[in-house]
Amino acid sequence: MSKSNTIPTAGPDFEHLLAQEVVIEAGTAEGPSGAQRIEPDHSPRTPHGDAAPAPALLPGADLQREVEQFLYLQAELLDAKQWQAWMDLFDAQGVYWMPVERSQTEWEGSPSIFAEDKLLMEIRKGRVTHPNAWSQAPMWETNHLVSHVAIESASEQQIQVRSRFHMMELRRDTVRHFGGSYRHTLVRDAAGALRIRLQRVDLFNGQAPFDYVLQIWV
Amino acid sequence: MNLKPLVEPDRVHKSVYTDPKIFDLEMEKIWERTWVYCGHESQVKNPGDYHALTIGRQPMVMVRQKDGSVQVLYNRCPHRGVQLVGNLKGNTGSAFVCSYHAWSFHLDGKVRAIPLAAGYEGTRLTRDNPDCSMKRAARVDSYRGFVFASLADEGEGLLDFLGEARIAFDDMCDRSPVGEVEVVPICHRVVQHSNWKFFMENQLDSLHPSVTHQSTGISAGRVEKRLKAEQGSAPLYYHYLSTFASSFEQWDSVQTINFPHGHGILKAYMGLRPQDPDTLAHEAMLKQAYGEQKAEEYLSRSIHHVLVYPYLSVQSPLQQLRCLRPIGPDKTLSEIWHFRLKGAPEAIYRRSLWYYNLVNSPATMINADDLENWTKGQWGLQSNGGDWVSFHRHFGDDRVEAGVTYSNHGTSEAVMRNQFRAWSTYMSAA
Repeated sequence: MSKSNTIPTAGPDFEHLLAQEVVIEAGTAEGPSGAQRIEPDHSPRTPHGDAAPAPALLPGADLQREVEQFLYLQAELLDAKQWQAWMDLFDAQGVYWMPVERSQTEWEGSPSIFAEDKLLMEIRKGRVTHPNAWSQAPMWETNHLVSHVAIESASEQQIQVRSRFHMMELRRDTVRHFGGSYRHTLVRDAAGALRIRLQRVDLFNGQAPFDYVLQIWV
Repeated sequence: MNLKPLVEPDRVHKSVYTDPKIFDLEMEKIWERTWVYCGHESQVKNPGDYHALTIGRQPMVMVRQKDGSVQVLYNRCPHRGVQLVGNLKGNTGSAFVCSYHAWSFHLDGKVRAIPLAAGYEGTRLTRDNPDCSMKRAARVDSYRGFVFASLADEGEGLLDFLGEARIAFDDMCDRSPVGEVEVVPICHRVVQHSNWKFFMENQLDSLHPSVTHQSTGISAGRVEKRLKAEQGSAPLYYHYLSTFASSFEQWDSVQTINFPHGHGILKAYMGLRPQDPDTLAHEAMLKQAYGEQKAEEYLSRSIHHVLVYPYLSVQSPLQQLRCLRPIGPDKTLSEIWHFRLKGAPEAIYRRSLWYYNLVNSPATMINADDLENWTKGQWGLQSNGGDWVSFHRHFGDDRVEAGVTYSNHGTSEAVMRNQFRAWSTYMSAA
């Protein structure tokens, strides 16, 4: 907190009031923050099972099948609420981006629905798993289907894939539908495993009014 | 309908949030009379560009004229009532043409052509009959590029309606070296399952952030702290989120200023004037454009957001606004817009964009919890578990001088008391 925060007694000079700056910094006050005072528990965000779904075995797999299984796993981890395992699919520079319009090309500097690097993903994960994420209290489940997987280009360094998805979401007593296309830029880590550099999500209904909002990646 | 017993100085009856009859009266006595925000001039750049909107229950269309002015018309064909534009936005060319029987209208709404017009000979429908043309909003005016319309022939002018809340648009535009903003042509729309008043009250409610938004505030604060420890600093946008987890005492120090008409200001608290090179370059630009003294006055305004009651929340230092279009007592559409400061550095736009993307987008990490509160609030108020909504916090501490209401406590419910004074004035008008 800086400077004075008492209202001047001089009168209703609101221009003067406006010129008084108060800056608050989280965690700098003496007492506990308001945020720490109440801690009920909410459970619908609990992951399905203790462990994340295991990646599929790939007997004699070619690149097409390897990529398909990777995209299925991505969706499966979201549905199982295994947020950390899902985030681990991204490489260190990985980005999750849901633009508003198909014509957008840059994740930074664009009005977006989601535009998150790994640090922002960590904030979102921390938020939905916090005991006091109030909006996580109602029952909540998702179910993704991924299809139409087409590899557009593949080199040693990078693979471009497009696919389609359909997600149904149950929140409280309501089911919503989200559909659209994925566009993945995939790379390989040091051990040769696929990792996501960019997951671009174009909702077919991204410009429709949102009945409530999206809390988790699609 | 006698509404007087429903609004007391320190509490209001639940029915003002839930009763469909009261909602209809609000549409009639507030929305369909007072000045309502239609959009920004830059949404309709060229002649024929239109944007559809609602004013209260009325479907309207804002359209750019051939002479460069902006007109607001009822989106309705005078023949059989069919809406003339069927999309939210677009260009209608040089005329509106009805999809039913091809009546067509000039951009100012005057009838242009009717097929087989001889069929009306000898009837009382003539071209000079106003019933032959699209009806216009009674009054249209704009302030610094922001267009408003009133459906009432008489009443105060736009400037009198806005009063001191004009600063919402001044504060936004003055941050451009040419004094203008331009809309980012994307509108997020989010439906809230609650009465519009929940949103308006919440905007200046400083007691709720550290409770409602604690999960996001704490999570962002953790990452922000780690970044600061690792590399000495963290981008400003982490702070947009982490501030929400401040203590009750800190929030109590963030003051509100409440004006007649229910308008109000939540003062700044995020420290949006850092001393980084981008900010300094922007400040130098403003000083060159306006002179040292004026620029300093513009830059030192301490505003988080400004409310234009009963439908607009303008986050002027971050160039965004949310506009409410009520649908029913328990359903409200919010339109979310972002603006660019003309002539200002790209970095300033990008900085404000982080707030738009993280806080105001349909994947918001903040409003997700607000919407949940308001939905549950609406359900609670529809119940018979109690009759009153309490606004007792620091009641008696309000100071009203020259029409401006404030309190020594930022968390005072002076905000809601002030909004309901305005509400009562509107609703008790003949």
